[in-house]
This record gives sequence, structure tokens and C-alpha cells, in this order.
Amino acid sequence: MRTEIRATPFDPWQELATHQGHMDRVVGKHGAAAVFVGTMRDFNAGEEVQGMFLEHYPGMTERHLETICEEAIRRWDLLDALIIHRTGAMQPGDPIVLVASWAAHRGPAFAACRYLIEELKSRAPFWKKEHLAQESRWVTYNTPATPLNK
Amino acid sequence: MAITVKFFASLRERLGCSETSVEAEQAGTAADVWRLAVGDEPAPGNLLVAINMEYATLESTVEDGDEVAFFPPVTGGARED
Repeated sequence: MRTEIRATPFDPWQELATHQGHMDRVVGKHGAAAVFVGTMRDFNAGEEVQGMFLEHYPGMTERHLETICEEAIRRWDLLDALIIHRTGAMQPGDPIVLVASWAAHRGPAFAACRYLIEELKSRAPFWKKEHLAQESRWVTYNTPATPLNK
Repeated sequence: MAITVKFFASLRERLGCSETSVEAEQAGTAADVWRLAVGDEPAPGNLLVAINMEYATLESTVEDGDEVAFFPPVTGGARED
């Protein structure tokens, strides 16, 4: 398992390849990897967004990412899990977050990946400030995910 | 000794303060810490509180040497349409 906060741009696909390349101990054991990549959009709430600043609480954010990862690994018997999250100034198109889970089967891999990103969004201390053409504004809510079973 | 107080995001900007400290002797709860650090302004209804980097409430007790943080609701991750 690995969690990381990154203040500079990252390529999620390269990070995935590198991480899985070091998963020697579970080669042949994981039948499923589920991946979520969140990317910065150039629109929000009907307005064009030109840039964004992501603030975090050094120490607490890292601790909560680790806790969320450990919970998912226990609950779904994961073989591995990975979270990388950006902070600082970013532009539309920049990857914000990478979440991945490895399990023997797809059921637990999908469920754990969903859990990791939803728990991260609701519990990990990150705050977004959007830069519009004329002003900057703090984002004040998360759009809830569509429930899977409805 | 003292209690370290931290503010984040929009709250940090509005108060013009990212970190301060208060006397531990006068603070029994996180609400006391807020009052000592911020003054008469009531705590926002959606305020989140952390003590030593774990979520807590305004009623939670604090001790000498604690780090108490106040911040608005978190908005991390990637938003879903």
C-alpha cells in the first residue's frame, strides 16, 4: 500500500505502471485492478474555471489517506492499494487524484476503489479554490456520487 | 504551556490567520479554544474541528500541548457529475 501527496504534476498511468512493476510479492495473485483518476475540469457550477489551488492539512491529510487505505485493505482483503493526490496550483486537464485497488476478483477491487475515492472526498482534509476570469472562490461542497443501486 | 491553533482554507483567509496559540489553563474544550483564539465571533454552523489531527467536536476536551484545528467542510478528490 502507498499513499502520497504530491505538490507537482503527475502522470497517473505512469505511476500505476511503476507501482504495479514493484508488486513482486503478489504477481499471479491479483486477478483484478480497479482504477479511478480524477482530473481538473475547465467548468464548474456553470462557469469557466481557469485554474485551481488545492490546500491540505499537512500531517492530518496524510494520516487520513493511510487510514482509509488500511480500512479498504482489511474490509475487502485487498492485495494492494494506491492513492496519489495533488496539492497546490493546477490547470484544467491536470490529474488531481489517482486511486487504485488490487484484489483476487473484480467485485472487491471495484468496491474498494469506490470506497477509497468516496471516503477520501468526505474525510480527507482538502480544500479547493477555483480561479475564474474575474474572481476566485472556495468550493463549498462535494457533488454526491450517484448511488450504485438506484 | 499552550495549545496550538490552526485555521485552514476560507476560514484562514477570512480570519487572516493560519496559526496561533492560546493558554491551556483557560481552555477546557475546543469551543473554549475557538473563543480564546477568535473572540466573540460565533463558530460557523458547518465548522469542522480536529484535535491532534483527528476529527472532534466543539464539545471535545482539550489538553495542554494539543493541536486544535478549525476548518470548513472538505472538498477534496474529484467531483462527480
